[in-house]
Amino acid sequence: MRFCRACLFALLLTFGLALSATAVRAADLAEALSHFTADDFSETLTGIREVAASGDPRAETIIRALQDGQLLYSAKEKTVYVKDASGKLTDAATGKPISGDAPVDVDNVRLNNRVRGALDAAVGALTLLAKDPAVRYDAAQAVAKSRQASALPTLEAALAKEQDPKIKHAMQEARAAIILSGGKASDEDKLAAIDIIRERADQDSLSLLSSLPADTSPAVMKAATAAIGAVKNRLALWEVVQNAWYGISLGSVLLLAAIGLAITFGVMGVINMAHGEMVMLGAYVTFVVQEVIRANNPGLFDYSLAIAIPLSFLVAGCVGIVIERTIIRFLYGRPLETLLATWGLSLILQQAVRSAFGPNNRDVGNPSWMSGAFDAGGITITYNRLWIICFALAVFVALLALLRYTRFGLEMRAVTQNRPMAASMGIRTARVDALTFGLGSGIAGMAGVALSQIDNVSPNLGQGYIIDSFMVVVFGGVGNLWGTLVGSFVLGIANKFLEPYAGAVLGKIAILVLIILFIQKRPRGMFALKGRAVEA
Amino acid sequence: MTTHILIRSLDRGATLFLIVIVGLAILVPVLNLAVPPTSAFYIPTYLVALFGKYACYALLALSIDLIWGYCGILSLGHGAFFALGGYAMGMYLMRQIGTRGVYANPILPDFMVFLNWKELPIYWYGFQFFPYAMLMVVAVPGALAFVFGWFAFRSRVTGVYLSIITQALTFALMLGFFRNNFGFGGNNGLTDFKDILGFNVQAETTRNALFVISCIAIMIGFVLCRSIITSKFGKVLIAIRDAEARTRFLGYRVESYKLFVFTLSACMAGVAGALYVPQVGIINPSEFAPANSIEAVIWVAVGGRGTLSGAVIGAVLVNYAKTYFTSGFLAPYWLFMLGALFILVTLLLPRGVVGTLRHWNALRRDRASAAAEDGVREPLPAE
Repeated sequence: MRFCRACLFALLLTFGLALSATAVRAADLAEALSHFTADDFSETLTGIREVAASGDPRAETIIRALQDGQLLYSAKEKTVYVKDASGKLTDAATGKPISGDAPVDVDNVRLNNRVRGALDAAVGALTLLAKDPAVRYDAAQAVAKSRQASALPTLEAALAKEQDPKIKHAMQEARAAIILSGGKASDEDKLAAIDIIRERADQDSLSLLSSLPADTSPAVMKAATAAIGAVKNRLALWEVVQNAWYGISLGSVLLLAAIGLAITFGVMGVINMAHGEMVMLGAYVTFVVQEVIRANNPGLFDYSLAIAIPLSFLVAGCVGIVIERTIIRFLYGRPLETLLATWGLSLILQQAVRSAFGPNNRDVGNPSWMSGAFDAGGITITYNRLWIICFALAVFVALLALLRYTRFGLEMRAVTQNRPMAASMGIRTARVDALTFGLGSGIAGMAGVALSQIDNVSPNLGQGYIIDSFMVVVFGGVGNLWGTLVGSFVLGIANKFLEPYAGAVLGKIAILVLIILFIQKRPRGMFALKGRAVEA
Repeated sequence: MTTHILIRSLDRGATLFLIVIVGLAILVPVLNLAVPPTSAFYIPTYLVALFGKYACYALLALSIDLIWGYCGILSLGHGAFFALGGYAMGMYLMRQIGTRGVYANPILPDFMVFLNWKELPIYWYGFQFFPYAMLMVVAVPGALAFVFGWFAFRSRVTGVYLSIITQALTFALMLGFFRNNFGFGGNNGLTDFKDILGFNVQAETTRNALFVISCIAIMIGFVLCRSIITSKFGKVLIAIRDAEARTRFLGYRVESYKLFVFTLSACMAGVAGALYVPQVGIINPSEFAPANSIEAVIWVAVGGRGTLSGAVIGAVLVNYAKTYFTSGFLAPYWLFMLGALFILVTLLLPRGVVGTLRHWNALRRDRASAAAEDGVREPLPAE
């Protein structure tokens, strides 16, 4: 019913516009323009409103000129001019160049913030009728934001003509916003407007609903209060979803950083404090790959990560094997010494990278398929986070399959469970050790590729993750990849849910304290190994 | 009784060590104050402050050696106890500034005025009294270590797990102290101290006095540690280090032994921190950084784990090297050196400098006596 009435109104308006002759229009416009010659802000405001409402094809040019400070007037002659790009003056009403010299007292129409606000709304209203759908959509959004009552007639006209459902919806929202923020409308219209706004359910609608004019009728007020409750519920729900999403995203990062550690620490029992530096090496490999591509073949930039992933696995893996062969193999069975030696190693690696690449953050770009975001309901999902989650899970599955189905995985498990027995079966345990350590380091390197997309690539990159990764492995349970998976996501989500209440830093402290307490309860983590392996 | 313990705890090496420390504590102030600056033997004041700093590090190393060398507890968070002691001292020194601060507030330290705080937080009460502050220097790290250790040892968190959660502990404290609303000056920490017990902290005599006090603290700490490890209690500690499960099966309450020694060690670290702050003139949250705690462990490893005097020597050696290398054109290479030190010491010199010397001595004595039966040697440190 209301909609029909709106349509009818719009129809009449359109007819009315069509019927009025050009001459009449020009007269309207001239009258509207005369307000600009008064050199008074409220007169200028009236002028803008009338120009916008005139429906004249010249209106947009005039409004834009005023916006750019190119609208001039002469108080004596009572005329208004538009200055074009070349500096020539044209008559504002007709668009014809002026004959002869400009009047001596010609001056800019002055602007203040109120006038600028009215101008923005006027532009929004005028562009509602543009041909380009994107422009119309933006205009509807702009009108919804400004809530200028003067835009309402144009909005109604545009709404009547609109075919695109998405734009139509945006326009209806804009209309509802205007009606609610003081437009003259019946209670019925207002109730309908509240329904529309309630559907929208974002922060804007909340502020709109809670700032209704004082003279609103009780029925509308009641509906608005109910709508506020509903919107708040919706927002709270989306916040939970948002936190969960951030938590999953953080969890995937933790998983990537910790999964290599789960191999070296969990399976081999080697404390590798240089693990974070393997991650850093992976990130720097990405940087180098991108630099080479930028210099030689910019077209390949989108494939830079696809090149960097295997390369970083190889680089970090080889470094890992070298470390195992030269240092760690002498320290098996002495975990505390291993810890110190690998810490020293991490200092050396950091300083080496600092000397080679400088201490500052290096710029690693996002390929096009990883930049940008899309909206899913009330939350925004960025592509890079989404890809990193996929990547983390893919790495996890691949690693699980490797351990389960390949000969190397079998040998690795055999050596972990019973070294002397594995050796007597002809497994070269030393080689398996080296390869296992290389595998863990290589995975850390791949994690570095992913982290280079969301974190600063600097020599300290790895340091930020080492304590977190250890927490994940210890929390999840040593020697158990599933524990690492669950541990990283639990910690990630818990962290993000604590953050809004405790702040980022206190949230982190709370998590650390909780883990310390948790270790008291279950010293071997969530998924602890049972039996004799525990004391080994 | 006391003399008996002293005599038992001080063998020839320990006495020699104490004599050297006493000698330094006398020699350095004399060379600084009594010798004219033109003399070749003159020690400038900045060196006195530097030696004082080394002495504090040495005390920290001693506290780590007590638990790591004799009880097998590798704490990677001892820097936290050191810093807490330092903060307690810093709070006393802040209260002593009084109206001489930038904002001339008689009660609130400058940073609180700056943050627009109206009154002193409760935990700052009492720190204008020196004895109370000194009590806190020992009590706060001790209490933290007691609570932490009570939880950790009771649930038998050992080995690398303990190392990692101690590291998490100091990391968490660092994050906390970096916050402004924690009430400890945020990332600037506490600084700009004026005087201690009425003496100007910058004055030459104060610096010398602080150095002497630090030396005395090392001596007290050393004698304390020696008397513990030469007692029956100490034998149990060594037993725990070498075979924790067996010691438990023999009926000792392992966790109580560990808890006592861990708390004592934290108190020593707190004293070290308290002496450190007036000598360097600042305490800030970066003292909590996990890297600092790990670095302190390497001092002990260099000097020789489970030797006490080695810990002191290691701390001085490494820190002297650090001062030497970070001040010249070699500065970019210091981290390479430090990293290499970590690796080489663990790989090639697992006994440390003092431990290796002792080992050689023992071998020589064995050969010299040429006893047919196996020489009874102290059990070597194990995990």
